[in-house]
Amino acid sequence: MNTKFSAEERKGWMSLLASADEVRLAELWQEYGADPACEWLRAPEAGGVMVRGRMGGSGASFNLGEMTVTRCALSLEDGTVGHGYVQGRSKAKAGMAAKIDALMQTGAAAGLSTAVLEPLAAERKARKTARAAKAAATKVEFFTMVRGED
Amino acid sequence: MYVAVKGGERAIDNAHAWLAEERRGDTDVAELSYAQIREQLSLAVNRVMAEGSLYDPDLAALAIKQSRGDLIEAIFLIRAYRTTLPRFGYTLPVETGEMACDRRISATFKDAPGGQVLGPTFDYTHRLLDFKLAADGEVPEAPVADPRMEATPHIAEFLQGEDIIEREPSSDAVPGDLTREPMSFPAGRAVRLQSLARGDEGFILGMAYSTQRGYARNHAFVGELRIGTVPVEIEIPELGFAVEIGEVELTECETVNQFKGSKTVPPQFTRGYGLVFGQSERKSIAMALVDRALRWEELGEDNLGAPAQDEEFVLSHADNIQATGFLEHIKLPHYVDFQSELELVRKLRHEAAELAETLAAREAAE
Repeated sequence: MNTKFSAEERKGWMSLLASADEVRLAELWQEYGADPACEWLRAPEAGGVMVRGRMGGSGASFNLGEMTVTRCALSLEDGTVGHGYVQGRSKAKAGMAAKIDALMQTGAAAGLSTAVLEPLAAERKARKTARAAKAAATKVEFFTMVRGED
Repeated sequence: MYVAVKGGERAIDNAHAWLAEERRGDTDVAELSYAQIREQLSLAVNRVMAEGSLYDPDLAALAIKQSRGDLIEAIFLIRAYRTTLPRFGYTLPVETGEMACDRRISATFKDAPGGQVLGPTFDYTHRLLDFKLAADGEVPEAPVADPRMEATPHIAEFLQGEDIIEREPSSDAVPGDLTREPMSFPAGRAVRLQSLARGDEGFILGMAYSTQRGYARNHAFVGELRIGTVPVEIEIPELGFAVEIGEVELTECETVNQFKGSKTVPPQFTRGYGLVFGQSERKSIAMALVDRALRWEELGEDNLGAPAQDEEFVLSHADNIQATGFLEHIKLPHYVDFQSELELVRKLRHEAAELAETLAAREAAE
């Protein structure tokens, strides 16, 4: 069942799924086609987590405020366990994330990665780059006024 | 005497039905969707998230729609909803040094590494009404330039080398959480920051302004102001490692303040800190000023008796939901309370009249 993957890789795909746009994720997941049978270990539930910050950006931590999160856990027929932890209150999104997390630990990983994760990662990167490009256009270029004759 | 009064159900139901109708307004005008509010009134959404203390733009937009744009009512709805959510845990502290900045300015260092990035700001607009917005206008596309993808370092880091600015001591202490334990005083800086971050923008602004006008003046410069998104990570116990569970937009303000030094500390700059959900620039600057004013004791400064130095005063009055709850409850029926007051005043007036009569009679007799 389990193919080789590192904790870092798993962290990467879970993070990508967590902040993915739900409509887009559902689209890619449907195009991928397979929807394996699974059993809930923990049915999707919405809750909150307390987001912490640091004093001065680098010092001791403090509680800033909460954000909504939906989580769930499931197991595939072969016993592979998938977790979904996604921002917001969508149970459907958490469910998709958990299924993809489980399948990414199996032989289906390569195909699934190409069909769902790679497009999501590329779109995320494009979104971030587009925003950074707009920010860059608002960067102040100072110039010095020279007055009088030297 | 206790008199139970019943009734009013029909009046209340009808009032709520009318409220729904008024909320919708003229049905010849298209209805607002919550997505329109989220996208086009995003700074109102940000304020509701910050003071509702729950980051969820969809919910905040819905609350604004439901409250007919009364933001404190919307914050109330979010606070009430928040209490229904099970708490899954605490995140790792967000690393604002890793922020993908939309905006980053410094009023103290012109040539800060990473540059002065204005972002989508109201600054330098003329504050003239734009009647083009009243017509359906085409939106021009924002210009782009070579994106800078690396992290933007905090400006305070550059001053720390010389120790010319105080260091923020790092600590593994678990910060107090005012949503779990009731506030007690002295609250400590962690709880103060939590309270300020969710406090009423108007109140925090007023307190901050009072320090600028001379009530515990602390000579603040905006060392750095940044707005952008940071990933949020949480330890997943079942996995044994932390994963990103999403992203939040934050506004961070760090002030650089004068400090003449104390018996133990040579003269150096001190810091005030503001961190707020969303794009909430005014609030984060105000928060940093008030944070700095409240730090007088730990910095060995004098208590000047200024309101902004009084932790108990500031924190007890910063929460607009507590404040409005207590304020607005006085409009609800107090018939029995009032009845007893009425009896009392009648009695006092009767006694006063009697006394006046007695005195007048005595005077006449003399």
